[in-house]
Amino acid sequence: MFENNRKKLIGFLACLLLFMISFVASIVFGATKISFSEAYHTFVHYDEENLQHVIVLTTRLPRAIIATVIGCCLAIAGVLMQAITRNPLASPSILGINTGAVFFVVLASTFLSLTSMVQYMWVAFFGAALSTFFVYFLGSIGRDGITPIKLILAGSAISALFLSSTQGLLVLNQKGLQEVLFWLTGSVSGRTLEMLFPVLPYMIVAVAVALFISKDINLMLSGDDVAKSLGVKTGVIKLVIGILVIFLAGGSVAVAGTVGFIGLIIPHIGRYFVGSDHRWLIPYSAILGAILVLLADVLARFIIMPSEVPIGVMTAIIGVPFFIYIARKGVLSL
Amino acid sequence: MSKFITVRKGNFSFLIEKKNLRVMSVLFVSLLITLILSIGIGSTLVPLSEIIQTLFGQGSKQYDFIILSLRLPRVLVAILIGAALGVSGAILQGVIRNPLASPDIIGITNGAAFAATAFIVYLGGSVSIKLLPLAAIIGAITVSVLIYLLAWKKGVSPFRLVLIGIGMATAMGSLTTFMIVVTNAYTAAEAYVWLTGSIYAASMQKFYVLLPFVLVFVILALVLSRNVSVQELGDDVATSLGSRVQLQRFLLVFISVILAGAAVAIGGAIGFVGLIAPHISRKMVGASFGSLIPTAALVGALLVALADLIGRTAFQPYDVPAGIFTAAIGAPFFIYLIYRNRNK
Repeated sequence: MFENNRKKLIGFLACLLLFMISFVASIVFGATKISFSEAYHTFVHYDEENLQHVIVLTTRLPRAIIATVIGCCLAIAGVLMQAITRNPLASPSILGINTGAVFFVVLASTFLSLTSMVQYMWVAFFGAALSTFFVYFLGSIGRDGITPIKLILAGSAISALFLSSTQGLLVLNQKGLQEVLFWLTGSVSGRTLEMLFPVLPYMIVAVAVALFISKDINLMLSGDDVAKSLGVKTGVIKLVIGILVIFLAGGSVAVAGTVGFIGLIIPHIGRYFVGSDHRWLIPYSAILGAILVLLADVLARFIIMPSEVPIGVMTAIIGVPFFIYIARKGVLSL
Repeated sequence: MSKFITVRKGNFSFLIEKKNLRVMSVLFVSLLITLILSIGIGSTLVPLSEIIQTLFGQGSKQYDFIILSLRLPRVLVAILIGAALGVSGAILQGVIRNPLASPDIIGITNGAAFAATAFIVYLGGSVSIKLLPLAAIIGAITVSVLIYLLAWKKGVSPFRLVLIGIGMATAMGSLTTFMIVVTNAYTAAEAYVWLTGSIYAASMQKFYVLLPFVLVFVILALVLSRNVSVQELGDDVATSLGSRVQLQRFLLVFISVILAGAAVAIGGAIGFVGLIAPHISRKMVGASFGSLIPTAALVGALLVALADLIGRTAFQPYDVPAGIFTAAIGAPFFIYLIYRNRNK
C-alpha cells in the first residue's frame, strides 16, 4: 500500500499517533471514568489523597504499559514465526506455545510451593520455550522439512496434550481454579509493573536484535541458496529467530497469560501496509500490535461492565474470523 | 469354505470376513473382562462369584448398592460413550478421507462442550439437567454446520475442513473458558470437571438416555457403511457407480455429529478416542467399513472403559477423569500419525 519510504515513514508516524490515542484511552476509560485533565495532573502534580490519581498510577498506567509491551512482542514474534516457517498461519497461540506455558505454571502451582509471581513467570517462560522447541522439532521432521500443515497439526497436538494435562491437574487440585483460569485466558488487569521488569530486558534485547537482523530475514525469504550466496548464514539466522521467538512470546505469556491471535493477525495487516520488507514490517507490526492489544483491553472493560472479559477471549473473538479468512484464502507459503 | 459370511435381508446385505469376526469376538470378550474388573475393583473388592450372581439377579444384598448403583452404570455408560466416539471418528475419517480427522480435532466436541457449559452456567438450576444432552447435541450440530459452510468453497477440501475446524475449536474453547471465568466458583468447578471428560456419577438413567442414540445411529452407520467404501474411491468414481455422494456424505456426517454430541453430552469432552479407535481398528480388520464400524465401536468402548477403570482405581482417593488418560494415549499417537505421514 505504501510504495516508497517517505509514505512508509508518514504511515508509521500516523500509527504512532494512533498508538498514543489508544494509550490515553486505556488510561481514561473504564469502570471509573477519569477525565483527561485528572490523568494529566497525575503526572505533573501527583496527589495521593485523590482517588483518581491513585487509580491512574497503580492500575491504569501499569495495565496500559503491559498491554503495549505484550502487543509489541507478540506481533514481532508472529512476524518472525511466519518468516521462518513461511507459513501465514504460524503464530504463538496456534502453535501451542501458550498452552505449554500454562501447563508448566499449573504443574508448578500443584507440586512446588512457589511464592512469588516472578517465580511463576520463569516457569511460564520455561514452558513456552520447551513447547516451542517441541512443536518446531515435530513440524520439521520428514523429507520436505517444515510444511505449513505439519506445523499446525503438530501445534494442535501439543496444545491438546498440554491442555488436557492442565485440566487434569486442575480437577485434582481445585484450589485457586478460578485465578489460574483467569490467568490462563490471558489478562492484563491486576498485573503490576514488578511482574514486567524481570522479563523486560530480554524483550527489549530481542526486539533490538530482530530489527538488527531484519535485512538478513529479507534475504533468507528470497531462498536459502540466494541468501547463502550473499553471505547470510541462514542456519545461524534461523537459530537466532527461534531464540527471539522464545523470549518474545514466552515473556508475553509469562506476564499476561494466553493472549492469542495477535501474532497471527498483526503481521498480515503489517504486510498489507508495507509489504514483506522486514526492516519496515517489524516496527510497523510492533506498533500495530500495541494498538490492537490496548484497544481490545479497553473494549474488554465495557462488554460486561462492571465485570471484565479476559483480554484473551477478546483477541480470540477478533482473531478467529481472521484465522478462518486466511485458511479459506489458502495456505500459500509466504 | 468361503472366507466371508454373507448377511442378506431383502435389499440389505453385506459381507463379513471370518477373520474379522474372530477379532471382534476377542474384543468383545476383552470388553466383558473389563466390565467384570470394573465392577470388582475399587475401594471395596467384590469377589467374582458375587459379581456373577448379582448380574443375574441372585446377589446377596451386601454388594447390591456398590454394584448396581455405582459401578455397573458407570462402566456401561463408559462403554456406550466409547462406542459412540469410535464410530463417529471412523465415519469422519472415511468421509473426510483424512486420517487426522476426529470429532475433537475438527471442533465438534468443542461445540458440544460450549453449548453444555452455557447450559450449566446460564440455565443450571432453572431448567431440568436432563436437557443437557440435548443442548450438547444442538451445539455439536450448529458448530458442524458452521465449519462445513465456512470450509465450503466450490466443495469442501479435507485440509480446509481440518484447518477451519481447528480455528472453530479455538474459538469455542475461548468462549467456554470465558463463561467459566465469569461464573461463580461452584458452577465453575462443576462445569470444569464435566469438561475434562469424566464418567463420575454415572447413573442407569444416563445409560438409558444414551442407549437409544448409540443403538439407532450405530446401526444406521452400519447400513450406510458401504457408501463410505464407495466414497473413498473419490467423488467421480462414486457418482459414476450410482452413489448419491452429497446426500450420503451429509447423512454420514450427520450420524457422526449426533454420536459425538451424545457422547460429549453424557461424558464431557473425552478426547482422542474418535481419533485413535478407528486407527487401531483398521490395523485389526482392514479398511472395509462393514467390519470397521463394529470394530471401532468395540475398541472405543474398551478404551474409555479402561481409561475410566484406571482413573477410578489407580490414584485413590482421587478420581482422575477418563479424558486425561485418553489424551495421554491419544496425543502421542496423534504425533506418531503426523510422523508417519511426514513425507506426504
